Amino acid sequence: MSALAAAATTTLQINFGAVGYGLAAIGPGIGIGLVFGHAIEAMARQPEATARISLYMWIGFSLTEILALLGLVVPFIFHAA
Amino acid sequence: MIGDVRVVAVAKGVAVVKGVADAAGGCHLFSGCGFPAPGLQNFSFKPLFSVGSFHFTKPMLIAVLCTVIVIVFFGAAFWKPKLVPRGIQNLAELGILAVRDQILRPSLGRRGDVYLPFLVSLFFYIFLMNLMELIPVFQFPAMSRIGFVVPLALMVYGLYLYLGFKNQGAWGYISNMWPRGVPWPVYIILIPVELLRFFIIQPFTLGIRLFANMFAGHLLLVIFIVATWYLASFTIGLLFAVGSAAMVLFVFVLELLIDLLQAFIFTTLTATYIASALEAQH
Repeated sequence: MSALAAAATTTLQINFGAVGYGLAAIGPGIGIGLVFGHAIEAMARQPEATARISLYMWIGFSLTEILALLGLVVPFIFHAA
Repeated sequence: MIGDVRVVAVAKGVAVVKGVADAAGGCHLFSGCGFPAPGLQNFSFKPLFSVGSFHFTKPMLIAVLCTVIVIVFFGAAFWKPKLVPRGIQNLAELGILAVRDQILRPSLGRRGDVYLPFLVSLFFYIFLMNLMELIPVFQFPAMSRIGFVVPLALMVYGLYLYLGFKNQGAWGYISNMWPRGVPWPVYIILIPVELLRFFIIQPFTLGIRLFANMFAGHLLLVIFIVATWYLASFTIGLLFAVGSAAMVLFVFVLELLIDLLQAFIFTTLTATYIASALEAQH
């Protein structure tokens, strides 16, 4: 019981920035997977439209990727102290 | 005599190793000091020379060098163009055709060939600036200082706004930003969002994307290189140092891909923004 109390009073030093970035990267990860997956599917169905599909694939990729990158930049902009 | 030379060589070798050690914080595993974690301090340099309050730093040197290389390369290739290309002109034409067929034609079509010189110089300048993070001696992507990215993003921003207002008229361009035939209550949300996207989010994300990619890439490389040095001592850490060195190689190849990809994406987005300025997309 005393060990439990001792453990409860131990302060944990967690870097919430790193945890938050890990959480923030989940969404873009799923999104980039969807973008490339569907683009490959579309190219397999219509190989003659590959040039046009890959253009939109890269635009979609960059729009999704920026969410993860913003998560990386934001702590440097809004850092405490 | 030979002994003297050998002593000098050994002294030089020790001096070099000591220099690397100082750069990495001069400490190893189990030598009583913590891991010298890389951070923002890896992105600021002492000025190479100063003129008054103007400090000329390594990223500036890299930027000037890249500009000169791009100008000299294409200048040498097309100073006296021949119908049957040879040597350096062959190489330059390969690059120009790649930009034209992969970036310009899919989004702008044939009428966009006017913008080919702009896109080609943009692509090769960004690509070279990014590549500098992998070339020994330089080993710093100048694009990871946001000051070098902002002018490029502002240039593209100014260009597509100018083309949009010129080709569609002020009201035509602004009213073409949102789609037609939507129930009117939707417009209350749609119009501010679309205006925000065109005037603020598009140029902002264009710059941040390039900056953050290079920033993250450089940080990743520095972390694994410093970790390799930190772990390399005659202890169990040597095993982990080998793993870290392998990661350096992997990240090196990955960064090679990302350098090319970011130059490609920046140029592709520029081409699509120009295309949307030239005529309405609906």
